[in-house]
Formats: sequence, C-alpha cells, structure tokens
Amino acid sequence: MKGIKFIIVGILFGIIMAKSEAISWYRIQEMFRFQAFHMFGIIGVAVVLGAIGTALIKRFKLNDITGQPIKFTPKEMGWKRYLFGGTVFGLGWAMTGACPGPMFVSLGYGYWMFGLAIVMATLGTFTYGLVKDKLPH
Amino acid sequence: MIEFISQPWPWYASGLAIAVVMFLLVFFGKNFGFSSNFRHFCAACGGGKYSKFFDYDWRSYGWSLLFLIGTVIGGWIAGNFLTTTDGVQISEATINDLGKLGIAAPTGLQPNEIFGIDQVFTFPVLILVVLGGFLVGFGTRWAGGCTSGHAISGLSNLQLPSLIAVIGFFIGGLITTHLLLPLIF
Repeated sequence: MKGIKFIIVGILFGIIMAKSEAISWYRIQEMFRFQAFHMFGIIGVAVVLGAIGTALIKRFKLNDITGQPIKFTPKEMGWKRYLFGGTVFGLGWAMTGACPGPMFVSLGYGYWMFGLAIVMATLGTFTYGLVKDKLPH
Repeated sequence: MIEFISQPWPWYASGLAIAVVMFLLVFFGKNFGFSSNFRHFCAACGGGKYSKFFDYDWRSYGWSLLFLIGTVIGGWIAGNFLTTTDGVQISEATINDLGKLGIAAPTGLQPNEIFGIDQVFTFPVLILVVLGGFLVGFGTRWAGGCTSGHAISGLSNLQLPSLIAVIGFFIGGLITTHLLLPLIF
C-alpha cells in the first residue's frame, strides 16, 4: 500500500494540530487579538525551520524517495488574488476559528459542527470556481 | 509516555513537528497544502460539468485525500486518547474580551457557545459556521492556498505572493475579530 504513508503523516499532523491547540477557536481569537505568543511561536518556528530545510534541499539538490529531484513551484506573481482572496479567507478564519486542516481535525476530535463548516467551505470553493473569471487575480 | 504527550504541547515543539510533516510530504514528492482538497471534493462530485476549474483528474490527488483522512483519524485519536480535563489556557486578556461577547472561559478545546451541536440554529452560529466556512473555502481558492500552503510552505520558500496572502489573512481576521464579532454576538 503506497498510500498508507500519507495516512500516517496525516494522523501525525492531526495529533500535532490538536495537541498544539492550533485547532482551537480560542487560540485563533487570542492570535487575532495579539494577546499571546503561542500561535505566532508555532507558525514562526515552522517557517524558520521550513526555510532552513528548503534552502538546504535546494543547495544540495536533494531527491525525493522516488529518486526525482525535489522541486518547489514558485507562486504566480501578482498581488490582487493574494490580497483580496487572503482577506476573504481571513474574515472566515476568525469566524470558524479554523483554517481548512483544523476543520477536519476538529471533526475527528468530536466537534460535529465542523462537518457543516466543511460542507460550506466546499460550497465556497465551488462558488469560486463558478465566478473566478470575473474576479481580479 | 501517554500522559506526557497528552498535555498541551508547547509552541516550539508544535512548530518543529509541523515542519517535520511538511518535509515528510516534500520527500514523498508532494507538497504541504490542505485547501486544495475542497477543490478535489468539487471535482469528485462532478463539478467539471459546471466549471472547467473542476474538470481535471482529481484521482491523481488521491494522496492528498489520504492525508486528509489521516488528519481526521489523528483528531479522533487526540480527542479520545490524548485528552486532558483542562480548558485551553488562553490569556486573561482574551478571556476578558470573549466574556464581553458572552463566551465563557474555556472548559475544553472549542467553545460550546459556538460548536455545541444544540447551538446549530442560533443566529451567531449560523453566521460563524455557515458564512465563516463559506468564506474560508472561497477565499482560500481565490488566494491559491491556506495557512499550510501560503503561511508555512510559501513563506518557507520565501515567496512574496505568500507574504501578501498572509497579510490578507490578518486584514480579514482583524476585521472579523474587532469589527464583526461585536456585531454578531
């Protein structure tokens, strides 16, 4: 089963997000009120270590487990989609207290209401697909 | 051991662990980004009939859906075997601010005022869960990524677009937190 490793890494991710309390609506409120370092510490450490690791992978031209060179796809340049789309995302993030990953972790944790948030987020993505050509990118 | 990992994890351990997850996916030849799964759901449900945006071979992203299934299982494990009795230890200032909105100090991971299943037909919950969920799904695809794809993967790769997206995340989050929540509650 080639796919089992993705399930295992997913399980690891789910446990991390739950035990770090990053899935907590309270923690997201605390972050947007700048009243604790916790969430900034989590994201900050992940980004600093991520940047070091990414630079090392590029520097030493490392391969993935299938032997293919690891490639990091640059994001398309521009700013409108990132600023406007990001702002819409942020409006929702502070409401649900959960970005996409944590919605699924919370659902598994036993908070069934996140099932509703997931259905609505899927509907949101679907709506974006219908109107995307009319939006600035 | 179980008791040790059942405590809330400190930020540095959590940040390190998230970086490990990202690099595991990278070394598997994939990338760390969660929100594309909503697009795969749309594609798998026949969304290609309505928009070319959903007309692609979603099955080639099976790995991403397996990762997603793993996160649900991980949440279930944490919620059933790695729990503590304490509420989330947020700051006093946040407890005070949320108290003004009618949300009590934490007794668990999520506020029952919003995520208790008996709250489903109240107005604030309808806004926060239904509208909030919709905006997350719409915004993340417009921005081309969420916290994992932009804030973690994108910033790690020093991508200016990701920095702009993260600034957007905070503009939106600050508007909701400071302007909209007092109106909703």
